[in-house]
Amino acid sequence: MEITIVTDNLTKTFGAFTAVDHISFEVQKGEIFGFLGANGAGKTTAIRILCGLLHPTSGKAEVAGFDVFKHTEKIKKNIGYMSQKFSLYEDLTIRENISFYSTVYGLSDYQIKEKTEQLLTRLQLHSEADKLVHSLPLGWKQKLAFSLALIHDPKIVFLDEPTGGVDPITRRQFWDLIYETADEGTTVFVTTHYMDEAEYCDRISIMVDGKIEALDTPDILKSQFKAATMDEVFYKLARGTSTK
Amino acid sequence: MNELNSFIKKEFRHILRDKRALLILFAMPVVLVILFGYAITNDIKDAKIAILDNAHDELSIGLTNKLVSSGYFIQEVSLHTNKELQEVFRDGKIKLAVVFPNRFAESYYHDNKVTIQLIADASDLNSAVALTNYASSIIQDYQKEIVKAPVQKPLFETTVKMLYNKELKGVYMFVPGVLALILMLIACMMTAVSLAREKETGTMRVITVSPLSPMTIIIGKVVPYLVISFIDTLIILVLSVFIFGMPIKGSFLLLFLVCLVFLFAATSLGIMISAFSSTQQIALIVSIVILFLPTILLSGFIYPIENMPLALQIVCQISPAKWFIEAIKSVMIKGTGFVDVWLQLTMLTVMIIIFVRVSIVRFRKTIA
Repeated sequence: MEITIVTDNLTKTFGAFTAVDHISFEVQKGEIFGFLGANGAGKTTAIRILCGLLHPTSGKAEVAGFDVFKHTEKIKKNIGYMSQKFSLYEDLTIRENISFYSTVYGLSDYQIKEKTEQLLTRLQLHSEADKLVHSLPLGWKQKLAFSLALIHDPKIVFLDEPTGGVDPITRRQFWDLIYETADEGTTVFVTTHYMDEAEYCDRISIMVDGKIEALDTPDILKSQFKAATMDEVFYKLARGTSTK
Repeated sequence: MNELNSFIKKEFRHILRDKRALLILFAMPVVLVILFGYAITNDIKDAKIAILDNAHDELSIGLTNKLVSSGYFIQEVSLHTNKELQEVFRDGKIKLAVVFPNRFAESYYHDNKVTIQLIADASDLNSAVALTNYASSIIQDYQKEIVKAPVQKPLFETTVKMLYNKELKGVYMFVPGVLALILMLIACMMTAVSLAREKETGTMRVITVSPLSPMTIIIGKVVPYLVISFIDTLIILVLSVFIFGMPIKGSFLLLFLVCLVFLFAATSLGIMISAFSSTQQIALIVSIVILFLPTILLSGFIYPIENMPLALQIVCQISPAKWFIEAIKSVMIKGTGFVDVWLQLTMLTVMIIIFVRVSIVRFRKTIA
């Protein structure tokens, strides 16, 4: 199996504070990798490093085969990113949003035309194409934002709490999209606070105070921690550190 | 290049779809210029005055005619008693009264000494000062006319000569000020707010994760506002020249250079503000506090810097508008060349470098 993300003792310190503390893991092609942790556990810093925004203090990491020290520009071309805020321009039309994000990722005019058609067909948004994104329901915005994160066919897509503030049915539908994407061979690196969503992941890592305290499939983690749900696993880990 | 084009196009769409932004960008400069030009002016024209002539002799009548025919004054009422004088001032009918003493001509010829009283309504200080100055100088002129031979000249005589702005036109004052205000507003505040908006809505994160270089993002953000504020500069200049008779004595090239350097200073200040603000609202408030107050109050636009306490004078030195207003006045009114505005241009350039440096350092810390 092809490895798309690999980290080896990756560490980031800010002054005396260690945000990311010697984390090592591998993510395979087409895998849905859940990246869990309480707020302030170091998730965001780790993602920033993997996205080529931040240089680590020490350790090694390769994303899509490129080194996070030397080839951040190449990493940026090979990853997609979507955040909780969906990051669409509300005062631009759907078509304009598609066209803007396509050029940002260096697509040619011909490719943009083709991609726009493809995307509008897949999302069944042809009749809405020239409406402002502002007028779209939240679920559609979410789908559009996800499709835009994939517009340049990246090897890996980072989803930073992609389902925040969305109702359970829409969330379920969104996970169908995630499965589809993973099946097509794109690695999905996802953070979430919803533990039911964690169960959907192929493998999960749980970060506590900068360290990865647990990493495996949901089933193995549950038996390892003698827990019925991921929620319980997470709770046990978090409590374990707070009493420490 | 394709990316930059697309970014600039997107930015223009944001602007053109926001009606409030459009109002600020294009209506406000026109309104401000017209407002300052017509309403807020200290120019004296047809000011209403009262004459209390206790003498009614050839000199007092001659002087009254001279005052009225000057074009600056209109005789609203003729008064007969001091009591009436109180009343007309209280009613606000007039701004200035001229009182001739008894036996005006006689005193003048015989005693060689006579006093004309000018009474002004100092509740409106600026115009009171201007009116008395105008009246005094007309009276002096008249005195010179009637003394045909230079025999009994007073020992000391002051003559005031107003350089560069002989008619004391307010337009000379307000055009540079309005220009500074508008350019600050558009180039600085709008840049700051539009960058902060991208942070607030989360699009900034997506853009920074994308392969777009930080330089492309900044240039893409700044170019539309530079273009628009340059158009506004032209609108303001055309209005001031053709409607209010503002001269442009220096070279156009130098004038545009000064405007352009100031524009860059304003936009880089805007970028710096946005680097420190996480939301549009913060950007807006910070802009207002650190832009408007200094631009209006500490730039020499309304209050002369020389009259301020030392501490404030020092603060004025770091207001970009202060240097811009100085330079623009030099070029437009005095017609000076590059040599005379190099200090102002250098100061602005130094500010640009500082603003950009601070922004880059700050952006690296927050976005990355």
